[in-house]
Amino acid sequence: MIEKNIFAGFGGQGVLLMGQLLAAAAMHEGKHTTWVPSYGPEMRGGTANCSVILSDKEIDSPMVTRPTALIVMNRPSLEKFEDTVLPGGSIFVNSSMIDVKVQRTDVKAYYVPCNELAAELGNNKVANMIMLGAYLGYSKCVDIETVLKALLEKLGERKAKLIPLNREALLKGAACVK
Amino acid sequence: MALKLMKGCEAISEAAIQAGCRYFFGYPITPQNDVPEYMSRRLPEVGGCFLQAESELAAINMVYGAGGAGARAMTSSSSPGISLKQEGISTIAAAEIPAVIVNMMRGGPGLGNIQASQGDYFQAVKGGGHGDYHAVVYAPSSIQETCDMMQRAFDTADTYRTPVIILADGLIGQMMEPVELKENPNPTMPDKPWAATGYDPKGTKPRAVLNSLYIETEDLNTLIDRLHARYEVIKQKEVLVECYNTEGAEIVLCAYGTVARVCKAAVNELNEKGIKVGLVRPITLWPFPTEAVHDAVAQDSVKGVLTVEMSDGQLLEDIRLAVNGVKPVEFMGKAGSIMPTTEGIIERIMKMREA
Amino acid sequence: MAVIFDRTPVLTDVPFHYCPGCGHGIVHRMVAEVIDELGIRNKTAGVAPVGCAVFMYNYMDVDMYEAAHGRAPAVATGYKRVHPDHFIFTYQGDGDLASIGTAEIVHAAHRGEKITTIFINNAIYGMTGGQMAPTSLVGQKTTTSPYGRSKEHCGEPIRMAEMLSTINGSAYIARCAVNNTANITRCKAAIKKAFQTQIDRKGFSMVEILSPCPTNWGKSPVEAMQWLEENMIPYYPLGTFKEV
Repeated sequence: MIEKNIFAGFGGQGVLLMGQLLAAAAMHEGKHTTWVPSYGPEMRGGTANCSVILSDKEIDSPMVTRPTALIVMNRPSLEKFEDTVLPGGSIFVNSSMIDVKVQRTDVKAYYVPCNELAAELGNNKVANMIMLGAYLGYSKCVDIETVLKALLEKLGERKAKLIPLNREALLKGAACVK
Repeated sequence: MALKLMKGCEAISEAAIQAGCRYFFGYPITPQNDVPEYMSRRLPEVGGCFLQAESELAAINMVYGAGGAGARAMTSSSSPGISLKQEGISTIAAAEIPAVIVNMMRGGPGLGNIQASQGDYFQAVKGGGHGDYHAVVYAPSSIQETCDMMQRAFDTADTYRTPVIILADGLIGQMMEPVELKENPNPTMPDKPWAATGYDPKGTKPRAVLNSLYIETEDLNTLIDRLHARYEVIKQKEVLVECYNTEGAEIVLCAYGTVARVCKAAVNELNEKGIKVGLVRPITLWPFPTEAVHDAVAQDSVKGVLTVEMSDGQLLEDIRLAVNGVKPVEFMGKAGSIMPTTEGIIERIMKMREA
Repeated sequence: MAVIFDRTPVLTDVPFHYCPGCGHGIVHRMVAEVIDELGIRNKTAGVAPVGCAVFMYNYMDVDMYEAAHGRAPAVATGYKRVHPDHFIFTYQGDGDLASIGTAEIVHAAHRGEKITTIFINNAIYGMTGGQMAPTSLVGQKTTTSPYGRSKEHCGEPIRMAEMLSTINGSAYIARCAVNNTANITRCKAAIKKAFQTQIDRKGFSMVEILSPCPTNWGKSPVEAMQWLEENMIPYYPLGTFKEV
């Protein structure tokens, strides 16, 4: 198993966090993982992205030039990375923010209205968790409960009350791609 | 101990603390700010001292003061800041003070950019500051390796009373990987009878004179000879290198740091197709693994050598010296923080095989 | 026979290399005497500068550092943070402290670093051969101001004691001179007070000392003392600028 993902969106959409939670969950499940933040000229214009690799084997290069999955939260990110996805890979589109369709025909596209679904849960901030849930619903590379364990570590016990909301968001996202 | 997902900058800081570092002096510069931030939070918890200096110049001289007082001290910066520290690094080398200096390299020259780069190879390996000296230079390629290296860095600095540089590209600082940190609540510290800890004429400890000035030519020469002799021992005992699938290889890649991992991906991909390529990855850039590079490329199977770097042909010079003309050496690299791709490396290797 | 004058124990028996009439020897001896009188020798370290006092580590019989030009306060900071219950002094000239090392001295004072600085102001670069210092007087001829220091061209001399006394972190700032016995006596009292300030952990302390440089001023030792009194003291008034 090897998954090479790119998460991309505006700064503030929680894109880097999505990647970190996935990487931390992979680690907890005994997988090898790397997380590389956008660290280049692409940071201009307030867009952020990160590359996350999950693998059963030791990871050589942490760089992702051809992702197996692309998760995009805004339109510039889709336009920037669509062509890089490996044939047979998948693209997760936040359809709340992106009004165009994936042009490629050799990849699978999933449209997830993250912001609307988050609003249904009463908290716009969990749009990223909806999206992460959608990705997990498709790839099943790590368990949603492991992601929540990673989130709890990140938040600390003081903010543990936020876990149920995030669980709901992950599950709601996962349900979108079933 | 359990694995923890950590950013390189934070992991390097915690590993330094576990290695007994209790004093950190630094000045903010991207992309290494997570190091001073982490240290400012953690050092007070372990009874240490973090101080944000007024400049990189002051920071390295504070390291001189603290290291000279017998403590394990370190500073970190990124390329332009490391240039400012060179005066202090040269002083520390001459005064024979242990110190650890982390450089999370960004693009240069000048202010350059803030992305990962390997453009400070010459500066770190060939001296950097003025005069006849060397710093031991470690080049990690993963977060775990960086952590493990910190203990070694402080030990090496103490053993040889020398500055040690961790030369990492900015990516190592910014990326996250699972790491296992070895907890070490009571790090062992060697005795430092030479340190400034107070002088009692009736005591047994000699008076400490920590100095880089030797005004008589003979005296300066004695210092340089002493350093030189020490450097010879370092060259014998401290070389670290990884040779990956080099046995029987047709093409040998040479690279360090993150770039070496991209090369390794190319090696793995080609090996799976039955194409014999290997990688020599210097882990110490000084002392340089001259012998390992030479042995790897001198094999009959080797047609050519490809040096890959995120700079404009710096590692290349040491590789050429090590290869010493026995095989053709080609260069692939870009400055300006452009990371070579696995695909690009594979393409280049295929061209070399056809030639 | 009774001994009426002896070498201060905190000085080594190495003869000073200073020129006839130079003030460094007087100040070295006073610093050594103060360390001795306060009984802090085995907990004291000093930082020598780049300048004429560069070999101070040969004369002071305590642990000594030699620092790069201007960096002594940073080196002292590193030492003090490791040994907070020890005493450390820097000994710096006007080029070292008031030119290349302004950032280090200002920020050491600003942090309230518990260190003591002995600042020798002789209005000239001695070791390098009589070039203009930031403290050279207007009109003063030096090897790099052969027509006399021009105010329009390179500003007026910098008054470090006044400047550092405005910083909250400084606890004791004084200016003295070593041009006559009375002033030398006052100078020693000030050095002692500066060390006591460090012992009492009150903050940064500095004594600026106006000191003659007959060789580079092109004067005899006696003329140099007169020149100091007539030219330097009016511009650099003596006294205590800060005491908390």
